[in-house]
Amino acid sequence: MAEWFTAEDGAVRLVGSRCDTCGTPYFPRNTLACRNPQCASPKDGSELAEYLFSTRGRIWSYADARYKPPPPYVSSDPFEPYVVAAVELEVEQMVILGQVVRGFTVDDLAVGMPVELALGVLYEDEEAEHTVWMWRPVDA
Amino acid sequence: MPDTNDRDIAVLGAGMHQWGKWGRNFVEYGLVAARAALADAGVDHRDVGYIAGADTIRNGYPGFVSGATFAQALGWSGARISSSYAACASGAQAIANARAQILAGLTDVALVVGADAAPKGFFQPVGGERRDDPDWLRFHLLGATNPIYFALYARRRMALHGATLDDFAAVKVKNAKHGLNNPYARYRKEVSAEEVAASAVVSDPLRLLDICATSDGGAALVLTSMEYARRHGIADPVRVRALSTVTPTFPKTVLDLPDFATDSAVAVEPPPRTFRSAIAHAAYEEAGIGPADLSFAEVYDLSTALELDWYEDIGLCETGGAEDLLRSGATTLGGRVPVNPSGGLSCFGEAIPAQAIAQICELTWQLRGRAEGRQVDDALAGIAVNQGLFGHGSAIIATR
Ligand SMILES: [Zn+2]
Repeated sequence: MAEWFTAEDGAVRLVGSRCDTCGTPYFPRNTLACRNPQCASPKDGSELAEYLFSTRGRIWSYADARYKPPPPYVSSDPFEPYVVAAVELEVEQMVILGQVVRGFTVDDLAVGMPVELALGVLYEDEEAEHTVWMWRPVDA
Repeated sequence: MPDTNDRDIAVLGAGMHQWGKWGRNFVEYGLVAARAALADAGVDHRDVGYIAGADTIRNGYPGFVSGATFAQALGWSGARISSSYAACASGAQAIANARAQILAGLTDVALVVGADAAPKGFFQPVGGERRDDPDWLRFHLLGATNPIYFALYARRRMALHGATLDDFAAVKVKNAKHGLNNPYARYRKEVSAEEVAASAVVSDPLRLLDICATSDGGAALVLTSMEYARRHGIADPVRVRALSTVTPTFPKTVLDLPDFATDSAVAVEPPPRTFRSAIAHAAYEEAGIGPADLSFAEVYDLSTALELDWYEDIGLCETGGAEDLLRSGATTLGGRVPVNPSGGLSCFGEAIPAQAIAQICELTWQLRGRAEGRQVDDALAGIAVNQGLFGHGSAIIATR
């Protein structure tokens, strides 16, 4: 899902879209029509431009997975628990989910903790290392 | 509270197939429930003018067209039918369809049926490689199973309102006790707080016993006009007073399954009510009663912690007050406003299209004073609420 984020020179950004008229950002990318019912844009998609999200936020909540989830998640073998965080972005005034970079457990996290966007390996197969955006705790 | 309004319909019959893991076809569960509801109402199925089925998408073609599937199983009768899919609110959509037919005067008697045979373990998205389906993508890109979302809400309660693992366990202990005498419940066994604490962590902070199981089950209702009920010799039936299936209002700022993100609040202030509380609010407005008029509530306890969120969403207490309300015993049978006297999903598990219908069965039995072993004292009014994927949810208020 490379079109959901970019990672150039180590700088990871979520790629979504934003309405030129009302300023509402969307993730994942919305190309159909601005969904703000009060927005006076043409709502034919022409109002939506590519948008790169801010890269820092604060944890809204977090949880982990202790059991192997079903496909289409590709689990490591043996299964290793992973952590998911919902992160509030101040600029965009919205919450975006992501896994937390490997090596952190729920014991390392707290609601309100600052995090930044990072790149992580979701899974590997014969063809490639499949990467995805993840959240990484940072100092305030 | 006002006695009646011109949007009331009567619940003449309620029936269920016991929840569990029976390993049989969902049609059988629906048929058993439908026959029980018809017998309870004293209505011959050939007199039913409208059959509303709640769909189960995991059961293939017959599940997608459940109205026809149940109509065929009962014996084709020439009734009009509909089939509804709205995830956990499927049953409520089916009830809404039946109610609209009755209120429009298009039929006097409607049968609503929902049933499911759910697989064990985590719910999975529809099969195949579905890169344009958010439900498929949330598993693939995030590993965000349903319990992950439940645990996110649970942790948020802990951080904001001081909920503890003991509070979550207390919800399980309460609901397990409520369900002990419910013949339709799957689990009928007392559970101790120690057992909850000792059960495996599924998604921290939630344990196995905090999260509801997947189940088989079926439920059905016979709904009629008030006039038909009177003609049928039932002057004062249990009645559905309100049925809300409102959508969220933009911007929806609480993350719901299977969202990757909330709506942004950059352009528009968040609405005064969150989605779940808006569902309930619309039902209160329609019924002309408020939370203080409730004798009891059936809420969608997909997790123990989520039951606490619902206390606030349906107005039993202020935001942040759910832990105190629980600890006071108000929501336990014998308390001021018992919540999930049926035992809830905690004792039933999820049989998705049957669930909202099963909630109304419980409302009916409670309001008739026939919920043996779990009866709410002097039950006059009850609310049933649920929420499913993609902005579907429902609130239904019934009174006697
Ligand atoms: Zn706009």
